[in-house]
Amino acid sequence: MPLGYIGKRLAMAIPTLFGVAVVVFVLLRVVPGDPIAMMLPPGARADDIERLRALYGLNHPIVEQFGRWLLDLVTGNFGTSISLHQGVFGLIMSRLPATLELALAALVVATAAGVLFGVAAAYWRGRWPEVAVDALTGLGMAIPDFLWALLLVLALGVLLPVLPISGRIDPRTEISFVTEFYLAESFVRGEFAVAGSLLAHMVLPVAALALPLTAAISRILKGAINEAMSQDYILMARVKGFSKARIVWREALRNALVPAVTLSGVQFTFLIGGTVLVERIFGYPGIGNMAIGAVIDRDLPLIQGIVLIFAVLFIVVNLLVDMTYVAINPRIRHG
Amino acid sequence: MSRVTRRHFLQATAAGLPALGLIGANRAADAQGAKALTIAYNVNLPSWDPTVGLSAVNPTIQSIYKSVFDQYIDQNPNLSFKPGLLTKWGWNDDKSKISVTLRNGAFWHDGTPVTPADVVWSLERAGDPKGGNPIQFVWGKIGNFKVDGMTVTADVKEFEPTLFKWMAFLTGYVLPKAAYEKAGAEGFEKRPIGSGPYMVEAFERNAFVRLKAFPKWWGGKPAFDSVVFKFVPDATSRVAEVESGSSDLTIEIPYEEFDRLKKKPGLEGTTTPVSDIAMIFITNIEPMLDRNVRLALHHAIDKKTIVNRLLRGYGVPIDTLEAPQYAAFDPSIKVGYDPKLAKALMAKSGFSPEKPVKFTIQTTRGFKPKDYEMIQAIVGMWRKVGAEANIEIYEIAKHFELRAQHKLAPAAFYNWGNSIGDPSTSTGFAMFGPSPHSAWKTPDLDAKIGPLWGEKDEAKRIAGYKAGDRYIAEEGYVIPLFQYVQPITYRKGLKVVPHVANYILPQSITPA
Repeated sequence: MPLGYIGKRLAMAIPTLFGVAVVVFVLLRVVPGDPIAMMLPPGARADDIERLRALYGLNHPIVEQFGRWLLDLVTGNFGTSISLHQGVFGLIMSRLPATLELALAALVVATAAGVLFGVAAAYWRGRWPEVAVDALTGLGMAIPDFLWALLLVLALGVLLPVLPISGRIDPRTEISFVTEFYLAESFVRGEFAVAGSLLAHMVLPVAALALPLTAAISRILKGAINEAMSQDYILMARVKGFSKARIVWREALRNALVPAVTLSGVQFTFLIGGTVLVERIFGYPGIGNMAIGAVIDRDLPLIQGIVLIFAVLFIVVNLLVDMTYVAINPRIRHG
Repeated sequence: MSRVTRRHFLQATAAGLPALGLIGANRAADAQGAKALTIAYNVNLPSWDPTVGLSAVNPTIQSIYKSVFDQYIDQNPNLSFKPGLLTKWGWNDDKSKISVTLRNGAFWHDGTPVTPADVVWSLERAGDPKGGNPIQFVWGKIGNFKVDGMTVTADVKEFEPTLFKWMAFLTGYVLPKAAYEKAGAEGFEKRPIGSGPYMVEAFERNAFVRLKAFPKWWGGKPAFDSVVFKFVPDATSRVAEVESGSSDLTIEIPYEEFDRLKKKPGLEGTTTPVSDIAMIFITNIEPMLDRNVRLALHHAIDKKTIVNRLLRGYGVPIDTLEAPQYAAFDPSIKVGYDPKLAKALMAKSGFSPEKPVKFTIQTTRGFKPKDYEMIQAIVGMWRKVGAEANIEIYEIAKHFELRAQHKLAPAAFYNWGNSIGDPSTSTGFAMFGPSPHSAWKTPDLDAKIGPLWGEKDEAKRIAGYKAGDRYIAEEGYVIPLFQYVQPITYRKGLKVVPHVANYILPQSITPA
């Protein structure tokens, strides 16, 4: 992929981000909920209210507030959280890795399981494995991730309590991390017991996030493989005497993967969005959990920062998906 | 370029699976260790500074603050006051000065002693209008501090009768001057230092805080060496935490779950009425300007049935904004459930079930246990006496905004906490017109409450509030419903003393 194309895509991101900034800023001032009203002490007087408004820069006209916020953003200053009293950018960067690890793990699990189920359904087309996969994927898609989360809490947290149901790591784990990518860091440092704790805490939220995506990938892939199996090059492979397994895995799957990869990429952005409720249910300290807290507290600078970072993430992921798409599809690469 | 081979995969799996098993096996042991206590807590801790910003006035996180920091003055589980960092406190004869005495033998978690300079610095910082303390309007009423040994005196700039009660309430914490100034605000957030029973050992925002017993705490070393507050905002997950043995104790779970869990082997439960009441704000707009309508609406509500049917009996019906544990509680003030009287009052104003008075009632849904269902039941009771209320659901943030702007609907459901039990922080702030928290704003009531803010005679002040509460009940300016009850579920083998202020204090939990 030429660097010019990437540069052009990144340049196009600027007006997109500006649009997001305008929308989120205006929306937050229109929807109900005044952060100052929420923190008013019992005996607050009019001058106390004005003092608090000035303290958080909410006493200026909206246009001026927006201008100030935008100017600060350009200099890398995302503002200070009203409820957490810390820099917004630092707060987001401290929580984002937890969400990325969760979403990436869910994506890997969903892709692997989706491919396996999709191939199995196509391989045994018309037989019981296809019926079973169709039933399971139907169930997977019918139940949303947050409901899966609650079901998993009850099943594997209470009825058969083998897995932790809240948090990211055992609170009694004695380790000081250098980065916020705990899982990656613990593997790099050879702290396998810590990695085990992290993985154990990820199993249920990852499963909740991955189940609907697994179902979607499996269905798309099954359809794509079935379509590929009717193509001439597959007929040629059959004529050459290739085994069914080789035809499905090596010939049909490669072409069928393109729509599945596209779907995975698109779904990754939705996965990050899906972490909001799932993180809340599992008490997982990611950006989604922080976003809910920010909304409840009407922490305007933090909500604005989170939405902007989400937007950046969406743009970057979409770019990466396009690049992957080109890499695995020769027709686009050479076209 | 390295490739992930089948061998690599199997090796990684072999390393990971035993670790997973190890963690699973250790969960119950962690929660039930003799010297460790794990609490599944219902809210996150946003900030470590208990004196600044939104979190400082959030009653639900005071338990964590009180585990790490000391208040000037402390409270017993029945809301009575007892020494905290201060052993003596009081006014001079004409109440123009205050004097407080710091206890000997109190230390910060970094090992340095707590000094009167820390007390002065904390009070000056709290009273600074630019400091961000939401209760600055109280702390700013004293100044010109002087230190003599362990005693600090200050001039009273404006008399505040509840000053010492605030020292046991929101933002009434002593912070370490030297450590705070050295670390700065952001540094203090990362490494908070208090003088309380527990030191912060590890803090994972939105996940947990791990505390370690402070051996030099003036109150004696707590029973549990290690305490973990797990932040589990979802009620279903909190139930699962305690049911699975992952946590030793939890709060704020549905009453149905509380009743179920306390019957399970290995678990116990206790309840206590807490300093939080359910109420319906009445706004001084039509049709609530009609006294008959207001009183009829109050008489029409069968609070006992609501508590028994919807809250499984976990609630104490009340008729004023003072709960029985509060300083100005007067059991002789009764409004009473009387649908016949309600109907007669409505008829006096020309309303009946066939020709009902119409208005809107606002309520949250899911913010408090069965809030929406309760309002539905109340609307049903009102309908029988000649009132047709349209239910409007709003978020709690919207309630605050509307209340501050005096734009609430004619009736609005809310809950009001008051962990120091003073009438000024219940009836006073909720009913005094100039307060941004009141919904009923009329000169007759303001004339009764206004003089009490600066009343120096405590007995007269309390009597004044009792008279105000009686007047409010007679005029129907607010509809108090009931006092909430906090369910606490915990594993057998613990001794938990419930606190009326709704605190879960690990220092007061011991092995049975």
